[in-house]
Amino acid sequence: MDWSTVLTNAATSLVGLQTIVYALAAVGLNLHFGYTGLLNFGQAAFAAVGAYGLAIVVASAGLPLPVGLAAGLAGSVVLSVLLGLPTLRLRADYLAIATIAAAEILRISARSSTLREFTGGASGINGFTEPFHDLNPLPPGTYGFGPWRYHERDLWVLLVGWTVLAVCCLVVWLLVRSPWGRVLRGIREDEDAARGLGKNVYAYKMQALAIGGVIGTLAGFVYALGQGSVQPDLYGTELTFFAYTVLLLGGVARVLGPVVGAAIFWVVLSLTDTVLRGAVDEGWLTFMSTTQVGQVRFMLVGLALMFLMIFRPQGIFGDPRQIALDAR
Amino acid sequence: MTHDRSPSTPADRPPGPETLRGGPGAAKPDPILVVDGLQRRFGGLVAVDVDHLEVQRGSITALIGPNGAGKTTLFNLLTGFDRADHGTWTFDGRPVHGVPAHRLVRSGMVRTFQLTKVLSRMTVLENMRLGAPEQRGEGLLRALVRPLWARQEAEITARAEALLTRFALGRMRDEYAGSLSGGQRKLLEMARALMTSPRMVMLDEPMAGVNPALTQTLLDHVRTLRDEGMTVLFVEHDMDMVRDISDWVVVMAQGRVIAEGPPAMVMSDPAVVDAYLGAHHDAPLTGSLQEDRP
Repeated sequence: MDWSTVLTNAATSLVGLQTIVYALAAVGLNLHFGYTGLLNFGQAAFAAVGAYGLAIVVASAGLPLPVGLAAGLAGSVVLSVLLGLPTLRLRADYLAIATIAAAEILRISARSSTLREFTGGASGINGFTEPFHDLNPLPPGTYGFGPWRYHERDLWVLLVGWTVLAVCCLVVWLLVRSPWGRVLRGIREDEDAARGLGKNVYAYKMQALAIGGVIGTLAGFVYALGQGSVQPDLYGTELTFFAYTVLLLGGVARVLGPVVGAAIFWVVLSLTDTVLRGAVDEGWLTFMSTTQVGQVRFMLVGLALMFLMIFRPQGIFGDPRQIALDAR
Repeated sequence: MTHDRSPSTPADRPPGPETLRGGPGAAKPDPILVVDGLQRRFGGLVAVDVDHLEVQRGSITALIGPNGAGKTTLFNLLTGFDRADHGTWTFDGRPVHGVPAHRLVRSGMVRTFQLTKVLSRMTVLENMRLGAPEQRGEGLLRALVRPLWARQEAEITARAEALLTRFALGRMRDEYAGSLSGGQRKLLEMARALMTSPRMVMLDEPMAGVNPALTQTLLDHVRTLRDEGMTVLFVEHDMDMVRDISDWVVVMAQGRVIAEGPPAMVMSDPAVVDAYLGAHHDAPLTGSLQEDRP
């Protein structure tokens, strides 16, 4: 087995596109679930609205990049309002049902042949990233050191992605340490109590849903620009649940939890993938084939998550004192 | 404050001419809360059906009645946590029926809950700060810029700390509220309600599940609220406590107000005794309610 490949793959996963995208999606979910107690199971929908909004406006309509970004963000806010208006006055589970259903409706509509003209059906849309790469100030060439070596296009995506992620973390940090964030945490703990103290719970939940959704939409932008294409099946329920995994790994209601969680998640997936593949090739593992490795590594992630929930339920960064308290 | 009664002698104060006449719907000299024709049904069950009720400003009014009498439902209706089917009510002269709960708080009416609602995974101090009204930093955009709300936050913190000291929770300020004992939670909830600077405090069973040693402390706190000019309306089961601190007692049974008046008068009312004995058929039937509890 080539251990240097194993380590190089792990090192690139640490800062790679997937890490940025899932960290962003989880930062949004953290605002929803971690700070406000909203169960959004449709973060994939917010990402899809961003990715498709951008791709359709730029590739199909031929409009400039900023218009595409604006369309994605506007679509995201509209989606929040559509999902929030009917459900945020009800119990938490109604939002969960509405969001997961909306995410699947969006994905299935996007891949339907009826809308192929706009969404490209199952094969999606590509050829919309040139305006983004035209903004790249880096001259062509290879940059980096050690295991991290990138062409100017990939590096540009990563630089922009990490910048967006950093700004989102900063904004979330500013928000949650403020009295506004205190109201969110009050709602998470007991929404009637917050209402009984004069807080307009509905309005705050709506704001939290919209902001977390917009962060999810930014994840969609980065994903679309980094991949150079938009495909409906990248925005399935998997994206949402991986983002939740990332959030739980890093620690709920911690600003940097999602970033650490995403890095660990993708590094572990990369390590298990290359190590298992190598082990099968070397003949050390005889009971599975290399094609089964992809599934087995997710089993291992599931197992790891179970152990995490049992032995460190607050996540890597969480505060154990909070878990020790009963919720009421 | 227009006190027509001395606060220190609740049981045998000389009532004003209007309050002398008890009975359901009795008029008060200066009511802060006036309820008219309030009705709430759950399916075929009429949970609350109050023709007329007034609560005197600056007094401690107890709302008593057997289980299922509709006391908590009435509380929920008045505080905007439930919607009435019929009826109007005014708070401080302004009609407030249909006003959402959070806006009622801003107009000066705050409540506590039967099951305490402390915000477990927030510190005691954060619980208190949350109660402060009109915080600049609670706006989404202003929240991002700390200098806009830092000074107000310091004022709120000072006020919260003063209240925590008064409620003997000063040492707990940085503990998670979920780690407090049952009695401390009751104290915290009352202190937090005061952060809203209310004119009327509605306490839903403030003594439920509190050990006897703390009961006296809580009673003193309730009296202090009145002495500071607040109006207190509370739901309670404990007759001793009701007799001890209330200026006026309203009795509900099966959703209706069946009697009201000064404590001594109400508790000797045969209708009240019937309502309680009817509901507590498993209690020893050796005499009237008063004889059961010396």
